[in-house]
Amino acid sequence: MMDIRRQRKLFNFFALFMSMMAVAFGLFWLFWILFSVFELGVSALGVDLFTKMTPPPGSEGGLLNAITGSLIQVGLATLIGTPFGVLAGIYLAEYGGHTWLGRSTLFINDILLSAPSIVIGLFVYSVYVAKVGHFSALAGVFALALLVIPVVIRTTENMLVLVPNSLREAVFALGTPKWKVITKVTLRASVAGIVTGILLAVARIAGETAPLLFTALSNQFWTLDLNKPMATLPVTIFKFAMSPFADWQRIAWAGVFLITLGVLILNILARVFFRQKHKN
Amino acid sequence: MADNTKSKRSSSLGELIFFNVTRLFAILTFLILISIIVSLVNGAMPSIHKFGLSFLWRSEWNPPMDEFGALVHIYGTLVTSLIALIIAVPVSFGIALFLTELSPVWLRRPLGVAIELLAGIPSIVYGMWGLLVFAPIFGNYIQPFLTNTVGHIPFIGRLFQGVSIGIGLLSAGVILSIMIIPFIASVMRDVFEVTPGILKESAYAVGATTWEVVWNVVLPYTKVGVIGGIMLGLGRALGETMAVTFVIGNSDQLDTSSLYAAGNSIASALANEFTEAVSPIHSAALIELGLILFLITFVVLVFSKLLLMRLNKQQGQRT
Repeated sequence: MMDIRRQRKLFNFFALFMSMMAVAFGLFWLFWILFSVFELGVSALGVDLFTKMTPPPGSEGGLLNAITGSLIQVGLATLIGTPFGVLAGIYLAEYGGHTWLGRSTLFINDILLSAPSIVIGLFVYSVYVAKVGHFSALAGVFALALLVIPVVIRTTENMLVLVPNSLREAVFALGTPKWKVITKVTLRASVAGIVTGILLAVARIAGETAPLLFTALSNQFWTLDLNKPMATLPVTIFKFAMSPFADWQRIAWAGVFLITLGVLILNILARVFFRQKHKN
Repeated sequence: MADNTKSKRSSSLGELIFFNVTRLFAILTFLILISIIVSLVNGAMPSIHKFGLSFLWRSEWNPPMDEFGALVHIYGTLVTSLIALIIAVPVSFGIALFLTELSPVWLRRPLGVAIELLAGIPSIVYGMWGLLVFAPIFGNYIQPFLTNTVGHIPFIGRLFQGVSIGIGLLSAGVILSIMIIPFIASVMRDVFEVTPGILKESAYAVGATTWEVVWNVVLPYTKVGVIGGIMLGLGRALGETMAVTFVIGNSDQLDTSSLYAAGNSIASALANEFTEAVSPIHSAALIELGLILFLITFVVLVFSKLLLMRLNKQQGQRT
């Protein structure tokens, strides 16, 4: 009798110990990755990074065109994806949530949310790049926008559903038409959550490489022309990190450092913003 | 009076416009998925016509000769994802158990945030770190260690033999597992939290240990959701491009059962070859690979979604 009890206790102790080990395992990778990114990235930082173009192997250079390209494409993709996602999210939460169309769209949206991003790139390639006949920054913007949309739809829908019905009923009782109730009241009540979702979407696309490979491609030179191939940070990192040249790899580490820093800041910002708004 | 009807009419017009605009965008979302499938099928047509179903089990991938088969890529995709699951599922379970049952309350939030930050790190960072930092250490220390220990076990041992170069199917699987742990762990934590307190308390009251409560009460209650979370992680792993492309070794050969061997996954073949494909049939074959990847992940994700929905429904009935 005592034996079984001791055995159970011992096994419990062992299982809980393994559970703690699992947490340590997860944290171990997080810290190792962050540590190497900071160590190797910071040592490669310099003014050149923000003032010079991506160099040919063996010469000095920076990441100015890649950083600018990333900012432009991520910015435009967010500008296109956000209204699209918010409007569709409004329909799903306020009008069609229970209709056949609403339910299947919500279901499909969740699939799109986790669909492989390289397939999105392939899609934009076949419907846009192949038709116009050349790679372009615009195609990259489309591909990234397609990644923003499902995230924004999901958060908009989630946040609108959380708005208490009593609030809606109070405004309806004043004789307000539904579209005004939505735009003036429910949307405003959930704005913090939606902004959080947008920030997380930006954080996600800022590091996306795969969908840009066949759309925006890359460009060694400075360009602001949306109809030409344009460099981005992730694609430049991919090209430079896979190369055997030490100076290219150094620049790639600096790029990885910048992206990781940016994405972590966006993630933390989104959390802080969301928490503050919800405390009030 | 006239003024009143006018404002009523304009507001009902506003309603009509607003309703239809929002509906239009919802329909567009629906159409995106359909057009992805249609455009991929369309682009893959030349290859589907030429190779038919045998594309799925032919292992020859020879661009100069225009001979293409997807077996090597499907194998690489499935094997790396399977390795990732074997490592990630028990670890995620441990993390979820810790976060829901063991952790002091003040530690839950920071730990949860740390795990979610791991999910936020872009895959290109995992890839570059995997190739330049992780692979050398893995090849010099871990792989020889595995060869000398697990490598001697009959049958399984064959998987752990060969040249330890640090890159290959096994390394890609390990990197993938680190990437999907946060996804699986956070779903598991969320579904563990829906277990009614009264069930757990009853089990504790009859003298069950923490482990017995989790294994015999919480897990059976939430198993549908747990499987849904695992499927979600699998969906991520199958389609992951960058982290895999850096470390898998990009070889189109399939002549050894060793996990140390270099291989190729669907996503990394696309990333490496698509812009360089010259012949139309090469492009079509790559698009067909993309179609296969999309269909596999589609099925996995639908399955995952349905399971998670079933848990929610069950939840709704009981409360």
